[in-house]
Amino acid sequence: MTTINVAKETGVRLNDMSHRAEYLPGGNPTWRWLSVLVPAAVLWAFVYSRLPAFAESVVGLLGLSRDTHLGEALHFFLYDTPKVLLLLGGIVFVIGVIQTFFSPERTRALLSGRRLGAGNVMAAGLGVVTPFCSCSAVPLFIGLLSAGVPLGVTFSFLISAPMVNEVALVLLFGLFGWKVAALYLGLGLLVAVVAGFAIGQLRMERHLEDWVRAILAGETAQAVGGTMSWPERFSAGAHHVWAIVGKVWPYVIVGIALGALIHGYVPEDFMASIMGKDAPWWSVPAAVAIGVPMYTNAAGIIPIVQALLGKGAALGTVLAFMMSVIALSAPEMIILRKVLKPRLIAVFAGVVAAGILLVGYVFNLVL
Amino acid sequence: MKEIKVLGSGCANCKRTLKLIEDAAKAKGVEVRLEKVEDFKAIAGYGVMSTPGVVIDGKVVHAGGVPEREKIEQWLNAA
Repeated sequence: MTTINVAKETGVRLNDMSHRAEYLPGGNPTWRWLSVLVPAAVLWAFVYSRLPAFAESVVGLLGLSRDTHLGEALHFFLYDTPKVLLLLGGIVFVIGVIQTFFSPERTRALLSGRRLGAGNVMAAGLGVVTPFCSCSAVPLFIGLLSAGVPLGVTFSFLISAPMVNEVALVLLFGLFGWKVAALYLGLGLLVAVVAGFAIGQLRMERHLEDWVRAILAGETAQAVGGTMSWPERFSAGAHHVWAIVGKVWPYVIVGIALGALIHGYVPEDFMASIMGKDAPWWSVPAAVAIGVPMYTNAAGIIPIVQALLGKGAALGTVLAFMMSVIALSAPEMIILRKVLKPRLIAVFAGVVAAGILLVGYVFNLVL
Repeated sequence: MKEIKVLGSGCANCKRTLKLIEDAAKAKGVEVRLEKVEDFKAIAGYGVMSTPGVVIDGKVVHAGGVPEREKIEQWLNAA
């Protein structure tokens, strides 16, 4: 699921903002940025470290105890909401700066002429750092193919870009710790690499829509790119925060509120029988089957997932559910239908779903 | 008269780009022929990989985001 990335910028766009830094009065623009960023980082770290005390004291001031359902739910909400928003702001800024090094045009140049295998690994990795938006999926898809990027490698990119996105990673890191975030990153990349490789091996080029193949036979024009200065990159990071956090914060708050209710009111081990480790074998496929048609983003789903996990659901089942919600969605299929014939869409969805299933089973088995 | 095309599949940013250009042209009193290109085939033909893109008199001047207001005014000023 990719709608959260709608406003991501590209290097081309950002070059257009070079005049920005000049509006800041006085001195070298890079130092001007640092004189704001460094104190902001210190303040950020201070506020972040005070969050547990803050949640505790607000719950206490309201005369509630964490032993009550309401008190526990409120504590969950008061602690997790500022924590997730702070993490989101900080990390989205860093990602926004990193993305200025990877425009879609650069990615295309890096991937052009790569073979299956190494190309898939590279494409999956670039999918994480290249700005991506589902409404650009089709032009990007054609842009990559027309530059001589093999179909299987292109798919690795198209799978990893929406699935392993910064919002998902931030939330996983904030709510579950770095191990789960790293596992999600690793497994997301693995699914993207393997699924893309499999699609490449199937040689399904003839299942592209005819007009796409006609374009590929010809030559297309090139858009521009260029290098940027640090003030421009910082400004891009700030824009990225504005675009992403400005868009997902309502989802985060609603998601955490729902999560808080589950956390406070649903009895312990309630989920264990349906989504737990000892649940029947079909719980993973069922989680994927429910997740695919669901259309929300990482920001809304992860706090709920965290609460379910606290009630005895198994991590593999929950991760499979989450990946299927984020990576496979009906709207994306409809967009891709414009370039892919039904058979290739079916193979795409099938291969990715199979990869996610495998991840779910492996997690449940190992952890 | 300038011929300006906004390339994009109809996402919110594409609509905003179109509106921004329209407003800027009106404010400056510059006559433009504004067109929205939603056909993927045509968009791909311009070599644009991220939408919205802006094409002025057949040349791609911008891709991948809502352009800055100052940038739009620059385009309109250029004869």
